[in-house]
Amino acid sequence: MDTSLFTRTGDLRWEIPPHGKMRVPAIIYADEALIQAMDEKVYEQITNVATLPGIVEAAYAMPDAHWGYGFPIGGVAAFDPAAGGVVSAGGVGFDISCGVRTLHTGIRREDVEAVKPALAELLFARIPSGVGSTGLIHLNDRQLDEMLAGGAAWAVSRGYGTAADLERIEEHGCMADARPEAVSAKAKHRQRQEMGTLGSGNHYLEVQHITRIFDPATAAVFGLREGEVVVSIHCGSRGLGHQIGTEFLKKMAISASQHGIDLPDRELACAPIESPVGQSYLGAMRAGINCALANRQIITHLARQAFAEVLPQARLTLLYDVSHNTCKVETHQSDGQPRRLFVHRKGATRAFGPGHPAVPQPLRAVGQPVLIGGTMGTASYILVGTEAGERLSFSSACHGAGRALSRHQATRQWQGRAVIAELAAQGILIRSVSLRGIAEEAPGAYKDVTAVVDAAHHAGLAHKVARLEPVICIKG
Amino acid sequence: MTASSSNRWEHFPHGADIGIRGYGASKAAAFDQAALAMLAIMVDPATVAPAMEVAICCEAPDDELLLVDWLNALLYEMATRRVLFSAVQVELADHELQGTAWGEAVAPQKHVFGVEVKGATYTELGVRQLPDGSWLAQCVVDV
Repeated sequence: MDTSLFTRTGDLRWEIPPHGKMRVPAIIYADEALIQAMDEKVYEQITNVATLPGIVEAAYAMPDAHWGYGFPIGGVAAFDPAAGGVVSAGGVGFDISCGVRTLHTGIRREDVEAVKPALAELLFARIPSGVGSTGLIHLNDRQLDEMLAGGAAWAVSRGYGTAADLERIEEHGCMADARPEAVSAKAKHRQRQEMGTLGSGNHYLEVQHITRIFDPATAAVFGLREGEVVVSIHCGSRGLGHQIGTEFLKKMAISASQHGIDLPDRELACAPIESPVGQSYLGAMRAGINCALANRQIITHLARQAFAEVLPQARLTLLYDVSHNTCKVETHQSDGQPRRLFVHRKGATRAFGPGHPAVPQPLRAVGQPVLIGGTMGTASYILVGTEAGERLSFSSACHGAGRALSRHQATRQWQGRAVIAELAAQGILIRSVSLRGIAEEAPGAYKDVTAVVDAAHHAGLAHKVARLEPVICIKG
Repeated sequence: MTASSSNRWEHFPHGADIGIRGYGASKAAAFDQAALAMLAIMVDPATVAPAMEVAICCEAPDDELLLVDWLNALLYEMATRRVLFSAVQVELADHELQGTAWGEAVAPQKHVFGVEVKGATYTELGVRQLPDGSWLAQCVVDV
């Protein structure tokens, strides 16, 4: 993007002052190279978000921002219901509560090297992934409703994992105020066979090793040691979330004018928080969050079973589970007072700082783990939330590398088989049902995750703790 | 240009997802082609036999919402029936759509997979007649 479009208000802070129908400024956090490389559509979309009713402080875009649908991916916006604030299905996305969880294993890189191909095959065989895959658990109507109300806590009650896992998941593994009855029969039907599936696209299960510690004190609290192996899982709410998003996007697009909302673009479809459509969406979306939490919990169980067969000495314990496609009710300081706001994060990670009551007690003194998924050939990062994040971005940070090339461009530039061979030569084993999916996800199709994470670090959104590099990647 | 030769589809670039665009001699044909563009993201259609057929009906207040509904209805039928489609035919009357899709059950050994499509979005959404009288139907789909 042309940097002259912005007022630079800090080394890494680019502001679009309110103009036209904007109610608040739009602020992008990025270094100069990232903002120059950023899609012009991010400017258009974040400016549009700033026009929505009841928006508070500013519309924010994270360093990995790119062109999305409605909100940019990497967009953060908070709305006050008392000021006519809205909730937007496009501001959450189709993959409700898509997120990342990272598990310790207690074993070292060399332990994995000895059994790497066997472990890759077993994980690939046990964790359903890709187009049309089905899970082993099929739920009836009553069980689906219980899952939608209970989230990961439901999964644990069914024997998938332990109570200790729940303490390391946002909302203690169960999103409150979920309304399974607000989820359509079609959405439930779509989920019936998809529990415990990874999906496809950029979703993955990776076995990674810790290659660098940036902040030894925080790493010690998080239990991260250089040379040790972790497992990260990136996926979301599967067909149920997609169907909820599909249905409410339409409902909100049709009802916007009835609510007196002048949409700059239909893709920004939204409804007042206090309207029946808004309330119904929130209930359904929270049920979608529980579906994603249950899904990641079941996949964790499958991963534990696979590890137990090949590496019985491994103990997979949860560091943290964080969602990056959500709308959550949070209290933030605004105009010098605490306000109850509906914070949308679309491809952005919550990043609560030290002392925040939502951070699990053993980690609270240092802050919340912020899990940033990179590419299958480069690296992922673990960061920690900061105190400054609260006033910078409603405690939000980036969520990944962000694409540099479209999927379309990527398939012209790379071939799946060649990408697999190249990564194998670097010691990274890839397993996937889709060669085209591998080409679309080629590491070179993404921005430099290190540059994105460095920008988040220097902007103060979250601070770097550890770098993870892939050893095995099961790609959906 | 003959009517049939104006029927084609293409993908257009989008930041994280994929744009689908169908061109047709008629609006209904453009809807067919947009659907084929979406199906080709999920699977190589040449590997999917038109062994079974599914009827699909949609209704929406305008052409654009109808296109999104049609695409999402296809995704829903594929997801819940565990099938993949490789051929479609649409008939339009005002804002009602009667469609037929042909395909077969998902078969990992046989089908050459792409990536799953989560939903059709309103981004870059458009249904319009072109100066030569043919039609265009397009949107971005989330993958």
